[in-house]
Amino acid sequence: MGKYIIKRLLNGLIVLLGVVTITFFITRVVPSDVAGKWAGERATEEQRQQAIVELGLDKPLATQYVNYLKDLLSGDLGRSLRTKELITKELASYFPATMELVLVGFLFAMFVGIPMGIYSAKKNGKMLDHATRFFSIGAVSLPTFWVAMVFQLLFYRILNWLPLGGRMSINASLLYEIPNVTGMLIIDCILTGSWELLGDAFVHIIMPGFTIALYPIGLVARMTRSALLEILNEDYITASKSYGIREGKVLWRYALKNSLGATATVVALSMGYSLTNTFLTETIFSWPGLGSYVSKSVTTLDYPAIMGIAIISAIFYVILNLLADIIIALDPRIRL
Amino acid sequence: MNQKIKDILRPKIKELRDMIFMLRKNALTMSAVIVLILILILALLAPVIVPYPQDIADKTNLSEKFQAPSSAHLFGTDELGRDVFSRVLYGTRISLSTAVLAVALSLLIGVPLGAVAGTFGGAVDEVIMRITDIFLSFPPMLLAILLVSMLGPSLNNAILAIALAWWPWYTRIVRGQAISLKERKFIQAAETIGTPKWKIVTKHIIPNTISPVVVQASMDMGGVILTIASLSYLGLGAQAPSPEWGLMISTSRNYFPDIWWYSVFPGIAIFITVLAFNLLGDGVREILDPKTRKK
Repeated sequence: MGKYIIKRLLNGLIVLLGVVTITFFITRVVPSDVAGKWAGERATEEQRQQAIVELGLDKPLATQYVNYLKDLLSGDLGRSLRTKELITKELASYFPATMELVLVGFLFAMFVGIPMGIYSAKKNGKMLDHATRFFSIGAVSLPTFWVAMVFQLLFYRILNWLPLGGRMSINASLLYEIPNVTGMLIIDCILTGSWELLGDAFVHIIMPGFTIALYPIGLVARMTRSALLEILNEDYITASKSYGIREGKVLWRYALKNSLGATATVVALSMGYSLTNTFLTETIFSWPGLGSYVSKSVTTLDYPAIMGIAIISAIFYVILNLLADIIIALDPRIRL
Repeated sequence: MNQKIKDILRPKIKELRDMIFMLRKNALTMSAVIVLILILILALLAPVIVPYPQDIADKTNLSEKFQAPSSAHLFGTDELGRDVFSRVLYGTRISLSTAVLAVALSLLIGVPLGAVAGTFGGAVDEVIMRITDIFLSFPPMLLAILLVSMLGPSLNNAILAIALAWWPWYTRIVRGQAISLKERKFIQAAETIGTPKWKIVTKHIIPNTISPVVVQASMDMGGVILTIASLSYLGLGAQAPSPEWGLMISTSRNYFPDIWWYSVFPGIAIFITVLAFNLLGDGVREILDPKTRKK
């Protein structure tokens, strides 16, 4: 077990090294006037040359690569072409909002998806089964940015139940002191006991949270369903039923427990996959997270910033994969 | 010669016929196929059947701007007074052709690499597969964003970027196929009579991996269309005045939610197209799955 995890960890590190290597070479191989962008649009040729030296672009490629790796190890992702700020610093300020959204999306996916999966497994083969299948495929087929807009149209414009976007209303941001412990507003509110603000923050996270959960919900429902169906056919379930144990108890106590491992794995992986969806969702709901940072960087073609986000996302992805592997390994039925 | 072609085609046709038979039993998949055929026809005929052909480009007619949907303009008009219905219809052509191009390009990279990795094995295989693994650990969309922001935003660069982010999936599939094909008698026979390895790859391995690759490629179409729309939405794909769906939604945000029809209809078009491809893909996957096949 321990050996297995260490092996997975090493594997993850190798993948990460590959990721940073590829991002590095993409930015060096693809033709693009980096120094020109750094120096600014109206820079003279002299200023451009100076920028080349400043950025270390005059050194041989191998030296540049080694320097780049050294910087990365000390947590330096370079500076943004747009703001000239340290990218690590900027990412750190945008990251908590995204993390909060991802966590809420994860909770939505579990709390909606698992009951849906159980229900459709119980009614196996009926119309409901088709409905779950249609829902999960439908959810993957929706353009996230558009769903977000449709939600806004429905819940803000027509029904006026939820706010249009942002993390909190302007009133609340003026009235209350905004706690800053972890950067995740909901958690900070709970930690500091700002209950009024907590309600406001919660109302604001419902729409974006649900938008990003849409894809994992369908996936979780389908996974739970198929895992449950397989388990419900096992002898031990038939045995417990024939002992006269109530069906509900069999389902929840014996069957569901064994299907959760597979579901959790899929959710972990799908959250990684839906990271780009999270980014797109943020741009619509003016959520001050990495997605907003991406869209700002994209419009100015600020590639070092995009590179930083790509690396952070890959790290996130590798960690989720690792978690999924560990969850699988925890299952005593699997011998490694 | 003719006989030879017939001999090759016969099993393929039978396979296809079996597949269609099984597809017909699944109503959802079958309706997806019908919708796809309709979409394909619309895309092909778009230049002819569009009600306001001059609205595809940036013709302006400000007196008619922001009209709500009516019988003259089924989907209303946009900020320049252009017919949204015409533009959405024409967008089908753009989305389908770009997606086909992107998938074809990634096949061009992925298939040979996978065939070589699987056939040659050893160190070649190791190197190719490690590179593939690294590419797979990137969210494809982010890799595409990074590439386009380096190459400069345009629809062609978006296609190229998607291909560069997507090929590893095909490499994986083809490698797996190649490894199992290698054990087959006809490949071993070719090896025994001294056929060079590269010739085995091009003449025997690649032609025999076509069916699973085509199936996978058709399943990926939906995802690729979504990615192109997302890139265009971010301003990294199609550029104005193209009637690309993602770009239309992006522009429409300036007038949202008042001019809701401008945003809603292109999105529905994306949804229907992607859904049809994904339903087909899911249906095909179910047919190919040996577990469900028996039933």
